[in-house]
Amino acid sequence: MRKHVSILALALGTAGALAFCLTGAAADAAPKRGGILKYIIPSNPPSADGHRETTFGTIHPFAQFYSTLIRVNPDNPSSPTDFKCDLCVGEVPKPTNGGKKYTFKIKKGVKWHKLSDSIKTSPEHKAMTKLVGGKELTAHDIAASFSKIVNPPKGVGSPRKAFFLMVEKIYAPDNNTVVFDLKYPSGAFIPALSMPYNFIYSKKVLDKNIHFYEKNVLGSGPFQFVEWQLGSHIKATRNANYYYKGKPYLDGTSAVFAKKYSINLQALRGGRAYIQFRGFPPKMRDDLKKALGKKLTVQEGDWNCVLNVTPNNKVKPFDDVRVRRALSLAIDRWGGSNYLSKIAIVKTAGGIVYPSHPLAANKAELQKLAGWWPDLKKSRAEAKRLLKEAGYPNGFSFTFHNRAVDQPYKIVGTWLIDQWRQIGLKVKQRVQPTSQFYATLRRKKDFDVSMSFNCQSVVNPLLDVSMYQSASVAGNNYAAYEDPKLDAMFQKMNRSGDPAEQRRIMRQYEKRAIDEMAYQFPTMWWYRIVLHRTEVKGWKTSPSHYLNLDLSNIWLEEPLLSAK
Amino acid sequence: MYEYIVKRILLVFPTLLGAAILVFFLLRLIPGDVCELRMAGEGAFVDEEALDACRANLGIDQSIFIQFVDFMWGLIRFDFGLSMWSGQPIVYEIGLRFELSLQVAIMATLFSIIISIPLGTISAVKADTWIDYVVRTFSIAGIAIPSFWLGILIILFLLIFTQSWFGVAWMPPIQYVPIWVDPWYNMSMLIWPALATGYRYSAVATRMTRSALLEVLREDYVRTARAKGLLEKVIINRHALKNAMLPVVTVIGIEFAFLMGGLVVTEQVFNLNGLGKLFVEAVTNNDYSLTQALVMVVVTIFVFTNLVVDILYAWLDPRIRYN
Repeated sequence: MRKHVSILALALGTAGALAFCLTGAAADAAPKRGGILKYIIPSNPPSADGHRETTFGTIHPFAQFYSTLIRVNPDNPSSPTDFKCDLCVGEVPKPTNGGKKYTFKIKKGVKWHKLSDSIKTSPEHKAMTKLVGGKELTAHDIAASFSKIVNPPKGVGSPRKAFFLMVEKIYAPDNNTVVFDLKYPSGAFIPALSMPYNFIYSKKVLDKNIHFYEKNVLGSGPFQFVEWQLGSHIKATRNANYYYKGKPYLDGTSAVFAKKYSINLQALRGGRAYIQFRGFPPKMRDDLKKALGKKLTVQEGDWNCVLNVTPNNKVKPFDDVRVRRALSLAIDRWGGSNYLSKIAIVKTAGGIVYPSHPLAANKAELQKLAGWWPDLKKSRAEAKRLLKEAGYPNGFSFTFHNRAVDQPYKIVGTWLIDQWRQIGLKVKQRVQPTSQFYATLRRKKDFDVSMSFNCQSVVNPLLDVSMYQSASVAGNNYAAYEDPKLDAMFQKMNRSGDPAEQRRIMRQYEKRAIDEMAYQFPTMWWYRIVLHRTEVKGWKTSPSHYLNLDLSNIWLEEPLLSAK
Repeated sequence: MYEYIVKRILLVFPTLLGAAILVFFLLRLIPGDVCELRMAGEGAFVDEEALDACRANLGIDQSIFIQFVDFMWGLIRFDFGLSMWSGQPIVYEIGLRFELSLQVAIMATLFSIIISIPLGTISAVKADTWIDYVVRTFSIAGIAIPSFWLGILIILFLLIFTQSWFGVAWMPPIQYVPIWVDPWYNMSMLIWPALATGYRYSAVATRMTRSALLEVLREDYVRTARAKGLLEKVIINRHALKNAMLPVVTVIGIEFAFLMGGLVVTEQVFNLNGLGKLFVEAVTNNDYSLTQALVMVVVTIFVFTNLVVDILYAWLDPRIRYN
């Protein structure tokens, strides 16, 4: 008994320490009201429409303006399974009707933003604000927003439509109730619903112009729109009528778009910005820590992005499973985790599921998979044996296709080439800018082996692993193989309401995809390092740079000297 | 003269047409498209229907011939259309950045003229003395040092200097405010890129001033002026310098046109929301319509700058007549 208590205490202590490291800060003092949060966004948003875009460049500036139905718990965003109501009342509801019906009760008194008369904006923006500004947000707005995402009208793009394949019908029986009927029970539904892109728009506005939100902002979130200058900046002011009383703490926000990371770093150092929410490489962290010392807070943790090696299964010799397995077996993931994490934004050697999720393989399970074996010598000997058996005793040459982005692509790519050299393979690297890289990967398919990556917002393993299905089923499977067994497992796993069964099928799915068949396989998971000035309080990092960005929890201890 | 100017203006149109045809087809040789980049560029799963809808909305699913006809028809009507990336009118996108780029170009040009003409003159007048060597070293360094690198050094210097002297690191603002809204803030942002680019610009003009003036100073009419006993100051300022200005004006004109759209890296270093940065983003985003429009703007600026330079030639040297 005493032993069990000790183990429990040790586990709790470790968990506490981990949580402390992940959030990087001790408990904050009482929040202070006031101040303008100046932050920097290493992107330039293509549009303001969360439903249409897939980039953090849209989330970072615009999430603050909108409410969502449910969301990742802003007080515990590092948890991949903790979801909270935003517009709904109480806790996230449990399903009824055998897991096929979700009924959400909606908060009363949530109002659409009113714009100040002094704001310079388009006549359409002013007209729409006049139409709904100050009026109550209802369940009909929520149903209309999700209908646009799940069943977009012709000509309206909805890139995450496939996340809602389980949805049969969305409707609002009254002003305060929204119902989702599902075709089958699905563990992927709640995470999909909490994606940060699911901004709630006004039904009246959508009915008038479904493209309105691409260029205009009109929400009900913690901050109200002030100004958006393309390519330059965006400004917001506090929503005094926000439905979480007392929040937001800030008077407003001002974000600058700056793609260059050197500018991002210098802006933090030179007091032009308090925070950049995406993340920095380790070297920049170390440099800034050296320059700012105690004025800098570092928050780190696993990132829901993984770099994969994708052999072209239709090209010889990669159509031979022995060759593909040899490629995976040659990689020293456990060792690489230690030294690559010092120079690149990667760290954890995980499987196909986000490492700390309950559906992820634990270390013992991982170490049974080819390529994750603890004994590297044995692993590489097996790789050489497989190559010999496949008819390549002296190895062969091939070209590794990669994206022309340093972090972490080119760094990990260069490392992989050295890993493969150690089993006798001679590899050249061919890097291409993002646009050309995607054209090669998705359409031209003229590569031997390529780097690919899987980067998602909310951790939703049941759908995040869709890329391992057959190429004809999964649009983001670039390895060009067909495997009905994997497709069947995926479907079975997604239609199961039982987490234990999901986990069991996930292990089978993982083993087949990255071990037995080694169609494509992960290298390492990304590692997110968020740097901010210590004046910023109340914000906690999360597994994704898309999450926890409504900024309502943030408060400033004191203003920066040069923050105009 | 007027006939010459009219002819030059008429020649602008075939030049623009050639540039338009070239940029249209060259852009389409690059693999990939804006929809794929926008939706799949960050590794998220993307529904193929959404990609198709995006391509259909932008018209890039149509044949290249139809796209070309659309583009040319828009060009004839001075309608550049919408940016494929942001969906905003291109005229609005360019207009937003034009003011900043123009201000930096003017400031860098002024800085360059203020530095280069006196230095080039001194260097020529004091040729092969230690003063000449100092000026030549200064100007060669300016040519050798890339503007963006100098920009990085300036920012780092400001950060380190202010940190060590005042205890708080300071860097130039990174968000543009027009000069009439807040002149001090505006200048504290733009003076640094103007210095960084103006230095290289002045180095080229200094070298050109020196060599042109040296050549003029060897002319017979200068010897005659000296023989007549004119003051050296009058000879240099009134007789030699004006004639030596022809190639210098050409260099200044070309550099000015270059600054309007060519500060690609320097604008990124200082995070200036100008035409150069827009150019880079348009190309990397595969935004055909915006890239085409920007190329046309830059070509137009070059063509008209050259026209102005030619007219200045006639003013500087009355012997030049365009018939």
